[in-house]
Amino acid sequence: MATATEAPAAASAIQAFTVTVIIRRFDPEKDAEPYWQDFDVEMYSTDRVLDALHKVKWDQDGTLAFRRSCAHGICGSDAMRINGRNRLACKTLIKDLDITKPIYIEAIKGLPLEKDLIVDMEPFFESYRQVQPFLIANSKPDKERIQSIEQRARFDDTTKCILCAACTSSCPVFWTDGQYFGPAAIVNAHRFIFDSRDDAAQVRLDILNDKEGVWRCRTTFNCSEACPRGIEVTKAISEVKQAILRGKP
Amino acid sequence: MTTIDAPRSPYARTRRGLNLEKWGWIYMRASGVVLVVLIFGHLFVNLVAGEGVKQIDFAFVAGKLSDPFWQVWDTLLLWLALIHGANGMRTLVNDYVTKPRVRGILLGALVASTAVLLILGTLVIYTFDPCPAGADPALVASFCADL
Repeated sequence: MATATEAPAAASAIQAFTVTVIIRRFDPEKDAEPYWQDFDVEMYSTDRVLDALHKVKWDQDGTLAFRRSCAHGICGSDAMRINGRNRLACKTLIKDLDITKPIYIEAIKGLPLEKDLIVDMEPFFESYRQVQPFLIANSKPDKERIQSIEQRARFDDTTKCILCAACTSSCPVFWTDGQYFGPAAIVNAHRFIFDSRDDAAQVRLDILNDKEGVWRCRTTFNCSEACPRGIEVTKAISEVKQAILRGKP
Repeated sequence: MTTIDAPRSPYARTRRGLNLEKWGWIYMRASGVVLVVLIFGHLFVNLVAGEGVKQIDFAFVAGKLSDPFWQVWDTLLLWLALIHGANGMRTLVNDYVTKPRVRGILLGALVASTAVLLILGTLVIYTFDPCPAGADPALVASFCADL
């Protein structure tokens, strides 16, 4: 009985913290320039940055604009720059940040800012489309296309991409030159270039053997560090470089 | 039964002229490996071997530049290092200069200065006179006395 009476007491004792979030706001209809605005929110250590944004939007300032969809780290909608690093708001726990200091949240860089934390993703998707990210197979098998475990493992890492743009918008080459295909497009090209069922690897290698293709990569590893899915992005880009040098995957 | 139309967004990027990016990338790596040997060899012979730093004077340099082995070594060092550096500068300009006019001016200046330095450097290596007429025998290479 003693434990039963203690349990509610322990539950109610979970400590809440006051966390200051400083958000880079921009309303194209009112503001000439973006500005920083701070909010104080009550958070638990198990909460995520996305919960902080929800609290701000629902309880304090309904004009705050940000994208989120599934809120479970798979839709790739809520990539943003949190304390200077690209992360998914829905995968970043408050307890992993230093809450003695304010948490700085801003939109990802290198893409046109539309409002608050929302950027225009079209240039990003345009690069993605250009690498032809779909299966191109010449043969028409009677049943399924057979693939061995080793053949599948060859490109397993790059199948994990959720197109959140955290990598591309952390790339210093992309910041200064929006024409660069960017890590995400190359990762998704890699996914098909090394797929044994696909027949158009050469087409994609030709596309990426471009002035704005893989040769612009400076291996700064920002992309690998930013990827919320843990894809070894820089390694994938290097493998595509090697494939271009070899002339085949 | 209908099938889905093939690729909705065909590759549209137009290719402008010769694409040397791949060769530039390969050059940086190949020349880098050779340069490590050339540079450390150069530094060792000049600064460590023999009497070390103290040995460097006109006679020492003149002696080296009259030896075919060091002429080839220095020529390779000059060309590989200068083009390596210029190509690195070119990538920096391409990364950070977005205005086509400014980019053109900077790249032009880069090519011009590299060409001038290569020609001047090569000229010096192969036309250097180790024994200038009327020079103090104490300052020139020892073999000048035999001429």
